[in-house]
Order: sequence, then C-alpha cells, then structure tokens
Amino acid sequence: MVTKLKAVDAVLVGFGWTGAILGQQLCDAGLNVLALERGPWRDTPTDFATGFAQDELRYMWRHHLFQNLADDTLTIRNNIRQEALPMRRMGSFLLGTGVGSGGVHWNGQIWRFLPSDFLTRSHNERRYGKKAVQDLTVQDWGVTYEELEPYYDQFDQLCGTSGKAGNLNGRIQPGGNPFEGARSKEYPNPPMKQTYGPTLFGEAAAKLGYHPFPHPTGNLSQPYVNPLGAQLGACTYCGFCEKFGCGNYSKASPQTTILPYLLLKPNFTLKTECEVLRVELSADRTRATGVTFVNSAGEEFFQPAEMVILSAYVLQNVRLLLLSGIGKPYDPTTGEGVVGKNYAYQTMSSVNVFFDDKIINPFIGAGALATVIDEFNGDNFDHSGKGFIGGAYIAGMVTGGRPIEMIYTPQGTPAWGMEWKHAAAKNYLRSFNLSIHGSSMSQRGNYLDLDPTYRDIHGRPMLRMTFDFPENDIGMSNFLTDRAAEVARAMNPREIKLNRRVGSWSVTPYQTTHNTGGAIMGTNPRESVINKYLQSWDVPNVFSMGAGAFPQNAGYNPTGTVAALAYQAAHAIISQYIKKPGPLVQE
Amino acid sequence: MKRHLKILIVVGLFSAIALVQILSWASTRNPVLERSASIGITSEITPQGLLSHSIPDTTANASQLRRGQYLVAVGDCVSCHLGKAGQPLAGGLGLETPFGVIYSSNITSDQQTGIGGWTADQFYRAMRSGIGAQGENLYPAFPYPSFRLITREDSDAILAFLKSTPAVNYTPPSNGLHFPLNIRASVKGWNLLYLNDEEFKTNSIQSSDWNRGAYLVNGLGHCGSCHTPKNSLGADQGDRFLQGSLVEGWLAPDLTSNTRIGLGRWTTEQIVEYLQTGRNAYAAAGAQMGEVITYSTSLMTPEDLRAMAVYLQSLPSSKPVTVETASASSLRRGAAIYSDACTGCHLQNGVGQPRLFPPLDNNSMVQQEDPIGLIHAILGGTHVGVSPSRSTPFSMPSFAWKLSDAEIADVATYIRNSWGNQGSPVKTDDVRDLRSRLDLNSIHYTANSGDQH
Repeated sequence: MVTKLKAVDAVLVGFGWTGAILGQQLCDAGLNVLALERGPWRDTPTDFATGFAQDELRYMWRHHLFQNLADDTLTIRNNIRQEALPMRRMGSFLLGTGVGSGGVHWNGQIWRFLPSDFLTRSHNERRYGKKAVQDLTVQDWGVTYEELEPYYDQFDQLCGTSGKAGNLNGRIQPGGNPFEGARSKEYPNPPMKQTYGPTLFGEAAAKLGYHPFPHPTGNLSQPYVNPLGAQLGACTYCGFCEKFGCGNYSKASPQTTILPYLLLKPNFTLKTECEVLRVELSADRTRATGVTFVNSAGEEFFQPAEMVILSAYVLQNVRLLLLSGIGKPYDPTTGEGVVGKNYAYQTMSSVNVFFDDKIINPFIGAGALATVIDEFNGDNFDHSGKGFIGGAYIAGMVTGGRPIEMIYTPQGTPAWGMEWKHAAAKNYLRSFNLSIHGSSMSQRGNYLDLDPTYRDIHGRPMLRMTFDFPENDIGMSNFLTDRAAEVARAMNPREIKLNRRVGSWSVTPYQTTHNTGGAIMGTNPRESVINKYLQSWDVPNVFSMGAGAFPQNAGYNPTGTVAALAYQAAHAIISQYIKKPGPLVQE
Repeated sequence: MKRHLKILIVVGLFSAIALVQILSWASTRNPVLERSASIGITSEITPQGLLSHSIPDTTANASQLRRGQYLVAVGDCVSCHLGKAGQPLAGGLGLETPFGVIYSSNITSDQQTGIGGWTADQFYRAMRSGIGAQGENLYPAFPYPSFRLITREDSDAILAFLKSTPAVNYTPPSNGLHFPLNIRASVKGWNLLYLNDEEFKTNSIQSSDWNRGAYLVNGLGHCGSCHTPKNSLGADQGDRFLQGSLVEGWLAPDLTSNTRIGLGRWTTEQIVEYLQTGRNAYAAAGAQMGEVITYSTSLMTPEDLRAMAVYLQSLPSSKPVTVETASASSLRRGAAIYSDACTGCHLQNGVGQPRLFPPLDNNSMVQQEDPIGLIHAILGGTHVGVSPSRSTPFSMPSFAWKLSDAEIADVATYIRNSWGNQGSPVKTDDVRDLRSRLDLNSIHYTANSGDQH
C-alpha cells in the first residue's frame, strides 16, 4: 500500500551539496521544501567528533560513511562487448550517502573550470580543426564561464574558500593562477599556509618558469562567518579530510555552511532514510506529479510535488531518469538518445618524490593543501601536433600522512614483507606526491544505462556503467606525467616514481570520485537531457543537478562547477520558473 | 521528564509519519538527548517564528502586540513553556528542583487549557503576586518574585500577545512535588517570608541605561532565578545576588565584577556580543544559557542589551574564595589527557578559536568554585545557543564513552589550573555522581555508530 502525503512546492531527491543549496535558495524564496535523503542523519558532534574522526580503518577502509553496496551498487564493464558485473567493493570511486553525502567526506578542493572548458567542441575545432575532436563526442555546455561567474563567487562566499586570485576582473594578480577566468572578487579568505612539500614543489616549478599558486580550498585558513551566519573554524592540518568528516568545523560542507541556517526555516523539512524509487509522471508524461519513496521500514509513500529536483549523486540522478522514463535513453550503437550519454570520469596519474635529506612530515596535511601549476590544463598550452585535447593541473600535494593509505615506497619495492617495512620506515617522512588531475573527454562507447540482469534491494534494475579511457586521455595523461616528472626532478630528490595511467580503466584501485555526464546539459533536446538551467527538456518541472550535467569533464575537481550550476538553476527557478512554470529555454 | 528536552533546537523538522530519526544538533552520545530525538516535532510554528514574525500594521492593536512579542522574548517565556512537540508556549516541560519536578503551564491562547480566558487583571496579579486565575497559588518556579517589577502596561502587552498565539489544547502533567509543597497553600507561607512587595523604583543617581538594565535583569529577565544562590527553601540568598548557582546539574556562573570568576574582565561590548550571539572572545553560551540566547537575548534590541551590561558591570565583585592546590600527579595526567582529547578544538595552549571553540585560558566558567559545569560539559557535551545572525550550534561532544571518571577529574583539574586559571581540584566522586545522574554509566551508541559493513 502506498500512502499519499500532503503536497509540497518542491521535493529534493538527495541531500548533499546541491540539495542543500537548492533547499536554502528555494526556502528563502518562500517555497515549502521537502528533502528526502536515503541515508542517515549526520552531524559534526555525533558522527565525526574530533575524538574519533581520525580513524583510517573505520572510515577509509571499512567505508563507514559510504553507500552500502549490499543494498545497491552498479554494474561495470569496459566496453559493450563485455558482460557487466556488479561492483561488490568500492575502489575507483567512493559513493557517498547520508545527510551531506560526498560534501561530508570530500577534500575541499574548490575550482572553477576555464572559460574554454565550456566550449570543448567549438573552441578546439576552431583552434585545431575538426579532426582534433572527431573521435570524441564532446559538446559545448550551452553556458559560458562569464554567465556562471557570479554563481562560482556565491559558492566561494558560502564556503569561505581560501586562496589567492590570479585574475581579478581581467587583471593578472601575482601569486594566483594566471590562467583562470576573470574573477569578480578576491577569495573570501587568504590561502592556507603551504607546508614543506608544497613549498619545495613551488620553488622547483618557479625555477622551470612556471607560475605556482596555492590550491583554492574549502579547508579554511582562518575563522569565517558566511553570508548565512554559519561559522567555520581555522583548519588544524590534521590530514583527515577525504573519506572523513571534519570534527572541528573547518571544512566547508552542507553541515558547516548551510544546514544550521536551513534548519531554522519553518518551510524546510528533511526526512532521512527515505529512498526515492522513481519520479511519477502525469498520464501524458509531460509533467511530474511527485515521487514515490520507501522508508527504512519498507513502507512506500507518494509525495506529490509541484517541482522535482534530482539532487542525488550523478549515478543516482541518471538512474532515476531512466527508471522514470524521463528523456530518451542513449544507444551507443546508433548514437541516438540522450539519457546516459557522455559518461566521463577523471584521468589521474601521479609522481612520488623521495628525498634523503628533507623531512616532509606528511601528517601535517589538509584535503586541498597543495601548490599547483596550471600551465598544462585545458587549452592553456598549444596542443598542435600533440594528438590530444585537454590537460591537467599538477599539484605538489600533502593531503595527509594516513598510515595505511599514504606510505609511498620507491620503484621496485615489494608490496609486503620485510623489504616493504624497511622501505616504508625509510621513506614515510621523506616522500610526498605530485598529483596530475586530468580531464576526461567523452566518446561514443562510454555511457550509462540500466543493467538487464542485476537488481537492487528494491527490485529495481541497477545502473550499468560502460567505460574505458579514450586514447585521447591516455595521450594527455602521458604528456602531463612527463611534465610533472620534470618538476619532480627539479626538486633534486633521491629518486622519483612515475605512476602512469596505463591499460584499461579498472574499478579496483582508488582514483577519484569524479563521475560525470549521463544527464548532460546543452543547447537542444537532440543532444542533451537538460537545458542550461538543468531543467529537463521533456518534463519541465523536473531539474537534474550535479556533475551529470557535464558533457565531458575538465582537468579540475568538479564541486565548484556543480555548485555554480546549482546556484544558476536556483536563480532561474526563483526569478522565472515560479512566476511562469514551463520550459525556461525555448528551442 | 528531563529539562534536556529543551536542548533540542526546534528546527521545524516535521515527521508526521514518524519515520525519521532526526537527531538534534546538540545530540552527542548522551542517551537523554537520543531519546528526545525520537519526538516528532509536529508544530508548524517554530518558537523563532513566533518570536520574530512581523505583525502587520493592519492588525488591531499592532503596537501593543509587537511590544508583547518583544517582552515574551525578554522574559524568555519559551525556554520553560516549550511544548513537548515543539509548540512554543504549550508547556509541559519539567523543571527539576530540589523539591521535585514542576511542569510548566500552557500559556497559549487556548480557552480551556491555556490562558485564553484570562483577564488583564488576573494576568497582572499572576505576574506580581503568583496567584492564578482561580485564585490558586502558583509555585515560584514561575518567577513572579522577579516579574513583580513589571509595569502594568508591559503586563497587558504580554497577555495581549499571548492571546494572539495559536491555541494548543494541551494539559501539562501534574507536578511531582514532595509533601508539604504539593499543597499549593504552602506557597502562601513562602510568599510571606520571601516575596518582596517593592515596586520597581528608578535610582536617580544612576544613568538611564543602568535603570533600564536593572528593570530588565531583576524583572522580566529574571537572571537571578538561575544565577543567584538559593537557600534551603529555594529563595534567593539576597547577600549573594548573581554570584552563581547550581541549575539542573550545571552551574549558572557568577555575574558580578569578579575578575576571575565573574564578568570583571569583560567590556560592555563583549557582554552585548555574548547576549546577542551566544559567543564572544571569552566564552560560549551552552546548556540552559544557550536557550536563553536563542529564545530571548538574541531577539532583544542592542540598546536593552547594553543597558543590561551596564547594570551587571555595576555589581560589586563577589568575595575571593580559597583555592586548594592540585597535586602534581593529577596535573601531569590531566595534561596528557588534554593533549590527546582537547587540543583539536581548544588548542595546546588553551587559546581555542574565539567565538567558535571557547578559549580556556583565563576562562571564568572553568574557574567557578563548583566545577559541575565543567564536568557536565566534558561528560555530556553541550552546544552553543543559535540565533539568526549566528546559526552554527558549535558543539562540545560528550566524552563519557571515552574518558573514565578519574580521567575526567584529572583533565578538569588540569584545565582549572593552567594558563592563568585557578580552581580547586575536581574529585573523581563528583564526576561519578554526575555520570550516574545523567545515566551515562554505559556506552550508548547512536544509530550511526560502529562499522556498518
């Protein structure tokens, strides 16, 4: 039996960053908003107090904050000739759940994409010719950097992003990233103090003629009060950000930046442990009537709503669109259809640096504690004759010195036993990592659809992921890894170790939780699922947030752009849609 | 019925179908809080909404209602009269006193169970003399000994506003008082002994700020209800006015000009900031004071807060107390525990992060003669009161699951005697007693505790 509940103006499906942003924006506009979160309630003192937050075994290895794969997972394959199998243990990416979700256990790396990143097809075709992108299904976003700038800034003000501007209203600023798009304002807080590893990287990069700058971060450099009256503390560099909740309120998260404000709002309601099964549509399938959800006792409810906002993770949003029959599913053999199209990822590689004479003390760290160069990101360099488009930032980074995950040993060291122990003891304090954070271009065979075989705990088909690294990206990654190695050698280390991106994508080793695409934005319904305001072309009272909107992924962490798109969508909903519900973009 | 229920921040979380286990922001591993979390908040009107909604000009007697709304905040009516389901003013909250439990009454506009049928004369009599509508004596847990300073005009405004609030039909439980206090007439004798019949008189030597402050602190603000020590019959010890008192396992600290344990080092602006936001360079308002911030002082005008500060600063310092010396071994153990358990927020040198994590150096709260507040914070945790301008309920997590009674005694002793602080050593027995009182003898996990898979 399905119980019908009282209607609300807007229902948010999932309560991480985009759910919190939309909740705050729509409540301030006077709407009655209900958020449904499938996972548990989480708050700082109860769930990640400093007395136990820094527990690597519990959080990193036993996945305490992540999705329980026994209830729901997805199936994985590299190409359509393979049979996809369920992912039974998380590796390559770590799926969040619960209030705040990935916003709780992220690193706090806050980036903006380059202006040219939003024009991946037209910009590269113009500069390098049509041939440069012919093997890829990359598209323009249908939105420009300039349009998103105020919303990027809104997220910076919310988080108290700590950094140094490199381009203020078109004027290049010393000490910042000279390649970034123009910012209207300086960061709200100064950059974090760079520890020894990042400092060595910066000196070496400068010696080679590059322009190193401090990584912009949501790990705060000083106490901050945001525009919502929520306060964040100064980071203590404990080195437990990624995969962990922050115990002392110094990492920007929905809990630290929005929830305190939102929970004082009488027109906001949050229900936890309520999983949305599907979006319900009217008989003519042009309008969503609400969502059906199930609670932890297995009872089903129909929640009527004027607007349905999919604010879950990329993979769940795409799956809900497919399960609900919103938009035409993508077919990789014909290239027709849009839902599931252009799934992309992030192309990661790294270089480990080992010293004899320098003590790095890696346990003094933070999620985004790094010095970075951006000379080889996006189209910041000439790709002529290189055989690829895209790029990466290279970061000399010390996110922490967690004793199980983060011990680097030189090339040729065995993975266990006496020799490993000697190498670990010798190198733990004297090594650190250069991270090469590469773009991921979409291509025809990489996509998401519903698995024909495997089902979740509710009997729904699992999502099926078909993905392998495009040749373009392997070429890019190799070029970038060589550049990083040059910087590493300029630090005069004892030795370095290159961890190149080789072979097919594997779900096993951790890479990054930057899954993108599948519900992509664009300028028309033939090529995209949603318009520039993240509104479904087919069912205009459904909006799909998150990195699912990215037609391909840039060489930066996605959260800043995810948040900017969410703010832009909220602005369009409040200023236009509420007054006149219907398509916000006429084709 | 624990007063801890009030620690729930009323957030408008509405779970009519009772499927949500939303823990409050305050929740730590304190089982009392966890139990309270299962209570669904069904009211659509939050206390903040009631106290801050704008009354339109078109409403009849709008100016009187606005004044009443403001005075309901000044009197902190909501903290005690909060309904079980979060309805402001519906009552039923138990106040633990040495004489038993007293439940707050329903003061919504409900005719049958609230005060909808009261006349202005009856209400003024209740505020001044503690007599209810039927002529019955009210218990002085309702602070009429303070409220009696109220002007007739203010009393009428409060009643007018209360009568404009949504009616909640609800009868609070009967009081659990011991004999002979369970007989209401016994209060008559108490009134004869302790009820001062004076009206508020302006002191012409003092400034208008001082006089306004005296009216607020001693009248509607009823600060002395918590901060003035009580005698064996629960009446104020007049000679120890605002020198700090025990309240439900916490210590309402000394508010006199004492520079070590009172407000002697605070500037007027710092007192105003504390009352406005619950946090300043020295301190953070937790436990019951957190509620006072949320439901009362954060809603007051800066002028009134300033007046209160001016008045409080004029109070003569309480007498210095002798402090016993702590043993070197206890301090050594305490230092090690502090380094492991406390430095993540309060930092190694005790300076904290002002307005986020209170500095512990030269902290008046930790140096109070009775260390129960410090013990309570470590054992059960607490959170800072929130207000629209500062919405983050910074929380001290409970350490009951992690530290033994002796360890808590040692670390508390260390904190009380470091960075310029002085305080007598904390006894392990005092920690043990409070642990049992708070029902923290066994470890209680939350739904999210432990490894899930």
